[in-house]
Amino acid sequence: MRTRAGAVLTAGALLWLSLAGCGGGDQPGDGTASSAGSASAASLGTVTVLAAASLTEAFTTLGEQLEKDHPGTTVKFSFAASSELATQITSGAPADVFASASPSTMDQVVQAGAAAGDPVVFVRNRLQIAVPAGNPADVAGLADFATTDLKVALCAPEVPCGDAADRAFDAAGVTPAPDTLEPDVKAVLSKVSLGEVDAALVYRTDVIAAGDQVEGIDFPEAGDAVNDYPIVVLADSPNPEGATAFADLVESPKGAAVLQKAGFEQP
Amino acid sequence: MSRVGRRRLSVAGGLPPAMVPFAVLALLFLLLPVVGLVVRAPWRTLAAELTSPEALEALRLSLVCATLATVVCLLLGVPLAWVLARTRVPGRAVLRALVTVPLVLPPVVGGVALFTALGRRGIVGRWLDEWFGISLPFTTAAVVVAEAFVALPFLVISVEGALRAADRRLEEAAATLGADRWYIVRRVTLPMVAPGLAAGTVLCWARALGEFGATITFAGSFPGTTQTMPIHVYLTLQRDPPAAIALSLVLLVVSVAVLAGLRERWLGTAR
Repeated sequence: MRTRAGAVLTAGALLWLSLAGCGGGDQPGDGTASSAGSASAASLGTVTVLAAASLTEAFTTLGEQLEKDHPGTTVKFSFAASSELATQITSGAPADVFASASPSTMDQVVQAGAAAGDPVVFVRNRLQIAVPAGNPADVAGLADFATTDLKVALCAPEVPCGDAADRAFDAAGVTPAPDTLEPDVKAVLSKVSLGEVDAALVYRTDVIAAGDQVEGIDFPEAGDAVNDYPIVVLADSPNPEGATAFADLVESPKGAAVLQKAGFEQP
Repeated sequence: MSRVGRRRLSVAGGLPPAMVPFAVLALLFLLLPVVGLVVRAPWRTLAAELTSPEALEALRLSLVCATLATVVCLLLGVPLAWVLARTRVPGRAVLRALVTVPLVLPPVVGGVALFTALGRRGIVGRWLDEWFGISLPFTTAAVVVAEAFVALPFLVISVEGALRAADRRLEEAAATLGADRWYIVRRVTLPMVAPGLAAGTVLCWARALGEFGATITFAGSFPGTTQTMPIHVYLTLQRDPPAAIALSLVLLVVSVAVLAGLRERWLGTAR
């Protein structure tokens, strides 16, 4: 009996492992929301949007806007590294809209035939140096990233923000000495807000979103590291009408205002 | 593989036929995703992926760190399992539940938890930094710490179960024959719980080898120092999915080979 208790415990442990290991994103589905469609605007059902992590705050606001404009509509988001989302889309993830933080990841989707039309660049984002509140290490510019005394976090070269960082360092003629190359920009940012790194390169929008814990420092070479953000409706969209409505909202003046407030620049 | 296994075997003769489909289903459930990987793997470029310096570096780092983490878990976990199984510490039930916390925590949260304890601004890490100039995050040691943190419960739970199931009369007999405590531990108890210990060690090593969330949070990702194979696979997946499949197969083959090899050896001595 005791032996069996041990075996059960072990099995339980394994189960926990598998549960803890697969905390996945929302499974996109096209549940038809029962709409009490008002006279002005009908429900658009469920719209599933896959968007770059840096769009989290602005797109969440725009999603709420669309839900308000079209009662009964549900906008679901999956925010992650653009490259990861591109992989999900080309592997057949059922989604309606894709907004990427770089044209190259968008190209992957277009070349796989997964885009319904031509992607439209709707905003641009600029890199900024992020430091913990109070700038404890007195970081002043990109040159500080070359000193090994400082703890430095950058995005991995595989993801758009890492690619942009490479361009900025090339322009500045600085060889950075990073302590870690993170898989997405929010992971970089969290290490800054925890105070575990002295400096990092993230998007301006991320610094704004992080609030008081993180300070941003502009640097002259940022102009060489501007990322274009394209958006597209996906070819296999289960809800093309809703997808188009969301994309239109993002590209509208109303959308531009929300995005600008989050720190994005107009293309 | 253990006394548990042997007892099951004796039951296996009386296995109700209704259970057979479920057993088959379980096996398929576990194996189909692996089959998927094998089918999708880019066999033509597999050799190139296998021998890319980054992949070899990541694989080496993974094996070294997982092994070190397992050693740490053995050193700390066996005594803890002993306390949980054999002593009358007040609040033992609570203690036992606390041991499983790293299993319940999403690994990324585990990484943040490690920051709050051992990070540069952590409750202990702050003093490590101030007094000794030791900064743990973003080092290879941090990888070992993160892996040990998530893997330790596997060892503790397995060993605790084995210790509770062990026949204490043998230890008592050894004691009446004049053996001292250490001698009994080494020559009676540990051999008795060897199968449970082996199983726990295997689980612990396997969990450490596959660790991703806590590692990338607490140790970051830098080729050669902290970028283990799972992190390397994850990053490769962003750039080149077929290559990522090839790399995960490499990790799979290596871990299965190691575990199969050890099992052979352990079974040889355990019997």
